[in-house]
Amino acid sequence: MKGQGRGIDGWMSIALAITAGYLFFVVWPLVTVLINSVTKNGAPTLDGFRTFFSSKLYYGTLTNSLLVTVCVTVLALLVAFPLSYFMTMFRIRGNRAIQILILASMMSPPFIGAYSWILLLGNNGIVTRGLRGVGIDSPSIYGFAGILLVLTLQLVPLIFTYLMGAWRTVDVSLLEAAESMGVTGWKRALKVITPLLLPTVLGGSLLVFVRAFADFGTPMLIGQGFRTIPVLIYSSFVGEVSIDSNFAAAVAMIVVVVTLALFLVQKFIVDRRTFSMTAMRPIEPVQLRGWRNWGVYAYIYTFLILALAPLLVVVVSSFRNTLYGQFTHGFSLQSYFSSQRDITRLVTNTFTIGLSALVLLVVIAVLVSYLTVRRRGLLTGVLDTLTMVPYVVPGLIIGIGLITAFSQPPLVLTGTFAIMVLALAIRRLPYTIRSTTALMLQFSPSIEEAAISLGASKPRTLLQVIIPSLAPGILSGAVLSWVTIITELSTTLFLYTISTQTLSLGIYTQVIRGQMGTAAALATILLGLTMVSLMLLMRVGGGREIRV
Amino acid sequence: MTRIALQSLRKEYAGQVAIPDLSLEIGDGEFFTLLGPSGCGKTTLLRMIAGFNSIEGGTISFDGTVINDRPPAERNIGMVFQNYALFPQMTAAKNVGFGLQTRRIPRAEADARIARALESVRMAHLGDRLPGQMSGGQQQRVALARALVIEPAVLLMDEPLSNLDAKLRVEMRETIRQVQHEAGITTVYVTHDQEEAMAVSDRIAVMNLGVVQQVGTPAEIYRRPANRFVAEFIGKTNLLERDLRWQDGRATVEMGPGVSIDVTGLVDPATQGRVQVSVRPEAVSVAAEGVPAEVLDETFLGSHSQVRARLASGEMIEFLEFSQQSSSLKPGVQLRLAIETHQLTVFDPDSGASVARGASA
Ligand SMILES: Nc1ncnc2c1ncn2[C@@H]1O[C@H](COP(=O)(O)OP(=O)(O)OP(=O)(O)O)[C@@H](O)[C@H]1O
Ligand SMILES: [Mg+2]
Repeated sequence: MKGQGRGIDGWMSIALAITAGYLFFVVWPLVTVLINSVTKNGAPTLDGFRTFFSSKLYYGTLTNSLLVTVCVTVLALLVAFPLSYFMTMFRIRGNRAIQILILASMMSPPFIGAYSWILLLGNNGIVTRGLRGVGIDSPSIYGFAGILLVLTLQLVPLIFTYLMGAWRTVDVSLLEAAESMGVTGWKRALKVITPLLLPTVLGGSLLVFVRAFADFGTPMLIGQGFRTIPVLIYSSFVGEVSIDSNFAAAVAMIVVVVTLALFLVQKFIVDRRTFSMTAMRPIEPVQLRGWRNWGVYAYIYTFLILALAPLLVVVVSSFRNTLYGQFTHGFSLQSYFSSQRDITRLVTNTFTIGLSALVLLVVIAVLVSYLTVRRRGLLTGVLDTLTMVPYVVPGLIIGIGLITAFSQPPLVLTGTFAIMVLALAIRRLPYTIRSTTALMLQFSPSIEEAAISLGASKPRTLLQVIIPSLAPGILSGAVLSWVTIITELSTTLFLYTISTQTLSLGIYTQVIRGQMGTAAALATILLGLTMVSLMLLMRVGGGREIRV
Repeated sequence: MTRIALQSLRKEYAGQVAIPDLSLEIGDGEFFTLLGPSGCGKTTLLRMIAGFNSIEGGTISFDGTVINDRPPAERNIGMVFQNYALFPQMTAAKNVGFGLQTRRIPRAEADARIARALESVRMAHLGDRLPGQMSGGQQQRVALARALVIEPAVLLMDEPLSNLDAKLRVEMRETIRQVQHEAGITTVYVTHDQEEAMAVSDRIAVMNLGVVQQVGTPAEIYRRPANRFVAEFIGKTNLLERDLRWQDGRATVEMGPGVSIDVTGLVDPATQGRVQVSVRPEAVSVAAEGVPAEVLDETFLGSHSQVRARLASGEMIEFLEFSQQSSSLKPGVQLRLAIETHQLTVFDPDSGASVARGASA
């Protein structure tokens, strides 16, 4: 759409404004972290990095993190691939309900999983005490194995959703072609299907990798002696180990470098392997018989139970009586009533902060995706890259960046409502932009040109033609973003005050304080909120594929 | 009512030249078609006229006013797209009304015009349908109504029928022709289907590699192709290499042993020696006398059969015969072919240009 003989038009100024916003609110905070990592009291130093690599206590957390991350990614793939294979190739009763449940378990607040496994297998857990009663020592949930279990269960649904999306693009004729050449069963799965799904698998693995690597809640709650690097960042930043922010910043930079490297490797691989497919005829599931059928059902249901049990445990626990924070006999609504005022405050904050962040997020995402899809140019190219920055930076570090950058003039935002909104919007932006961009790409440019040829101005075209036709997609994207916003923990951990505390932060503090009853009640409310949102999503999304 | 003049237009995509230097005049109310093979630059040119493509050189003017720098929204164009490009969330009537709304036409008048426009494409009964609930043909009718209702100065259509099936294409092209005729709007139409171009156009520009090969009415282009490219692209033809000789002021070529035919009036007196003679299949018929040939095969096409035969020179020739109850044109049959002389065209074998006098490339 060049050749209109106009220098800077409205779109250019919007692109400039958003770019400036990104530079100030995303890049600048990260730069302050970078500066902090190489200076101390204004003098350049590499002490932070030196300290980190000098003691196993510190650099051990990096190897711990990498170990957890690699194991979780591999495990999640190994569990998710058969799951998606079964769900696609075979007729499974209640297929849709199962998919919704898997989605629900993915969308449930990440650290609730950890918390609920504590309720089950912790020192004072239900299973632990039951087994102790008959003289058996139950396996401990604390440490490496526990983290592995919780994170894998948490992340399988993510990669499963990705895989299901990819399966939907595989045309049945490809499978039939393979079969006609005598390649069937698992051989076919390996030789024909795997290469087709590989880009998706790689994309999904990276997401799992980044999430596992950056996850803070789970190792914080059940890691105990097994410390991962986000836990180290957290404790050094809040001063628990009485090391200054220079050290925390240095560790943060190491984490950023690792995730960035991974991201680039993945991008390199995926870019060279992407091919576009659309299924004219999607795969038709077949009915299995006999022991195979039972095996498939057993596999699916075992996973479902493991993934959903924690949620059930939390809900049930919220109705138990407590004494000094610990559960005792009997059931009542005590946990809800005793923390009524907290609940009101936290729910109100969750809604006001969450919705503000959501509106900001959606407006920016629509503008950015429009700019990068339809107005390709140097500036929008820069913008496109900038928007991906928060994707490779763990939430904890975004939080640290914001608090360092905006606790000093020219702009002091610490402790405000605004900084919470900003943090949450920034955290989620890369995901929302990606899903809106996908929508925008499917939207034929000729529809926009039709509007222009009929004499519509640019804002009018955007407001009356583009947004309304993309509305269902944008709306379901927004609901998904809403769910991740209300369950976000690590980004806002350093930023909240008592008057801006949200539900997920409330749960975290209650667990840390040992108030198990209140934590369970809050978690149940958050879960309820999540589930209602997801049902809304099913409504607005219709049969649409759900993208994360 | 608008005249379009394109003068020395040039188009580059990132340094790659798509249209080197193109000039055309399109008359008031004319149905003008850009025809050419895939990738020849038809869409590119149309989008330059619409204002969606940049212009690297030359001018476009509507009624003598240069509009190079006028944005598309201000060119007063109506556009019909290959994929219909209806707004998916609006009903047929809302789609048609969109352009009126942007022009701030009062409600009552707008409603009347929407009704009339839908009527003219025979879609009045489906005004409440969403695009997703209409067939391809119906969607394209709505798209046509939407482009026409704003009474544009120029109507631009890029392969509007190529997503429709064969039967619907014929039906729709008649609708388009009729509606355009009634409205009298200057129309630029893009297609790569020569039959469609013949059926709808007042005049056609045949393009290849970004260059206009010939401009003319459908009959002119078919009967007097300016060069070999046009002859081969429009309809079928047999190209035979022959010697052109002058005898008693008449140009003749020997088509077969002992059979010479006159090439009438059109040959430049300076021409002689090797030429390519273009013989349309319908100019050839089985006769008692003429060029000897041997039948190779016959393809039944309904009312006609297409016959391939080999001449004594070894060259292949294709022609059409009316179908008969029982065919006598079995492979191997020897026969004689008469060639109608007034349908011949002669090309220079090197340049491919027509050597007909008065034919301009
Ligand atoms: N956006 C673009 N960027 C680069 N080159 C382009 C672009 N659009 C078209 N071209 C090139 O310009 C030439 C003309 O393309 P154009 O789309 O105008 O062809 P066309 O005649 O409309 O073909 P078709 O019948 O296939 O639609 C082609 O060689 C094409 O590859
Ligand atoms: Mg084209």
